[in-house]
Amino acid sequence: MDVLYRKVGEKMVLKQEKNPAFVKFKGIEKRFGKILAVKKMDLEIPEGSLVTLLGPSGCGKTTLLRMLAGLEEPTSGDIYINGKRVNDTPIHKRNLGIIFQNYALFPHKTIFENVAFGLKYRNVPKSAIKDKVEKALETVRLPGVGNRMPSQLSGGQQQRIALARAIVIEPDVLLMDEPLSALDENLREDMRREIDNLQQELGVTTIFVTHDQREALSMSDKVVVMKDGFVQQEGEPEEVYNNSANHFVADFLGHSNFLNCTVAEKSDQFLRVTLEDDTALFAVPSGEFKSNDKAEIVIRAQKFKLGYQADYVEEQDMNAFFGKIVDRSYMGGEVSYFVELKSKQVLHAINFVKRTPYRRGDEVFMKVAYANCRLLKIDEKR
Amino acid sequence: MKNKAWKPWALLSPSLTAVFLLLVVPVCFVVVYSFWLRSPTGQDIPAFQLGNYAKFFEDFFYPSILLNTLRVAIETVFLCLVLGYIPAYFFYKTESRFKPFLMILVMLPFWISFIIRTLSWINILGDSGLINHLLIKFNVINSPLPMLYNEGAVIMGLLQYLLPFMILNIYVSLDGIDKSLAEAAKSLGCTEWQAFREVTLPLSLPGVSAGSLLVFVLTCGTYLPPMILGGPGNEMIANLIFKRVVGTLDWPFGSAISTILMLLLMIIVYTYNRYMGINQIFKTLSSK
Repeated sequence: MDVLYRKVGEKMVLKQEKNPAFVKFKGIEKRFGKILAVKKMDLEIPEGSLVTLLGPSGCGKTTLLRMLAGLEEPTSGDIYINGKRVNDTPIHKRNLGIIFQNYALFPHKTIFENVAFGLKYRNVPKSAIKDKVEKALETVRLPGVGNRMPSQLSGGQQQRIALARAIVIEPDVLLMDEPLSALDENLREDMRREIDNLQQELGVTTIFVTHDQREALSMSDKVVVMKDGFVQQEGEPEEVYNNSANHFVADFLGHSNFLNCTVAEKSDQFLRVTLEDDTALFAVPSGEFKSNDKAEIVIRAQKFKLGYQADYVEEQDMNAFFGKIVDRSYMGGEVSYFVELKSKQVLHAINFVKRTPYRRGDEVFMKVAYANCRLLKIDEKR
Repeated sequence: MKNKAWKPWALLSPSLTAVFLLLVVPVCFVVVYSFWLRSPTGQDIPAFQLGNYAKFFEDFFYPSILLNTLRVAIETVFLCLVLGYIPAYFFYKTESRFKPFLMILVMLPFWISFIIRTLSWINILGDSGLINHLLIKFNVINSPLPMLYNEGAVIMGLLQYLLPFMILNIYVSLDGIDKSLAEAAKSLGCTEWQAFREVTLPLSLPGVSAGSLLVFVLTCGTYLPPMILGGPGNEMIANLIFKRVVGTLDWPFGSAISTILMLLLMIIVYTYNRYMGINQIFKTLSSK
């Protein structure tokens, strides 16, 4: 029985069955003086998944993480870990592995002592501590540094030691607060992949806080986009990126163009809309729209196909814009073009570099498939 | 010139000159004086003899005052540590918007004359001082408690003078400690107290050691609190020097006592540095 089943709160569930709400926030709220940092939030995090909390600074993501860690007390609401309410459990009894932005290695202790720290407080016998620490150091690919002091290691190495220290205690949840932001660009990419691999290998439920959308999109099973203490959207990276729920999410992730428009009528699966200068376009609606509703079209900068106006041929199911290139910036693999339309609005397009890139002043057309034009409701709160 | 090594020395030269002329030279004079003779008529005669030093160690009277000074200094250091760490730790932890105001309160005594601050204790501890007055008024006692002119009063006077030095030294050290270290310790299973013991306390030791040394050295050289608040038996070594030089104008003997105190402090500071490592302070400051 014990082999197949395990206890989740009061229930017995099959062992291999993953708890879809391993970490659960229920109506959680946090107030700092007059500022409401997190507002009545509900969030469920499945067991064994890597979930990122993504948002600009001040969106409440770190506060949420710190409440889960027990470093901040929620003003109201409940937090559950594996079915158990942990609001009143002090931090040292929550069995969480926390990785801080600046690693927070103990500078006066050796690497071995750092990694062994949590085991010591779990009354693990000395001989077992030695084995576990060695294994953890091997897991983060830094065997044999036990006798060194943290200051003798590079930033990336210190980060790995912090990781080893957090996983060696076999935490229920691994919490990471912008762990890569102190590393330089190239190292960050490597560490990102390493954390991703390690998380999958260990299968530990991980919550990763970041303001870097690339980090969030590349490693998460689920992205939770936050702003002003609210969840704006949660879902798989592709879902959040391609079907952004509102203006903020579409704007925050990647490069998007927004065009104000009025809904005209429904035709097949697309809606016909008109721009302010009466140009007619077709777009995919997100949600219900009525005729004459004010709305906005979101188009990703990467979805445009550019060409010289002289070569323009109409294509089926493609919207077209005409304008003049007013600016461009070369970014290695691709080029950013800024195209000014007749209406004076400037659209941003990102294209792979061709043999002869367009120049400033070139008259171009921009084609985009109907399917890549998403119609969003105008967000009143914005 | 390619070698720019002289630059820092050029910048340091004004202060080095000041230190040399105002400190090193006078100290050399004191050492030279300590070998002079004092004639029975009270004249100082240049000489080179160890009579003044012999006089100090002739009987137990003078060394006992020196030992007494060291004992009081150690007691003061210990009390300053206990009483200073707590407010320093509070300043480190608090997120109160009154923190700058409270910090100014710590430094406020520096703005008031040391003599006035010391004298004011007479009005608090004296027979008709505040405490005795209140205790008698509320019938707790019948006759005033003897709180003044004893070692307790001297240490009290020393504490009010030295506590800010200790608090600020410890606070500077604490302030350099990343707060997430204690949070990390707690997340790994430490209680608040264990996290303090494992992380915060050891990392604040440079400040503790610097503050302790400062308080110790300052106590050894102070003469006002024992003079104003102490009784006849509470004399410290600096009072002795003061009496010899200012009272009886016996410069040679006063200089000899000064030299002995100076040598003793140098040995103590050197040993302390060997084992406690004052260098550590500079290391922690420069690694930030």
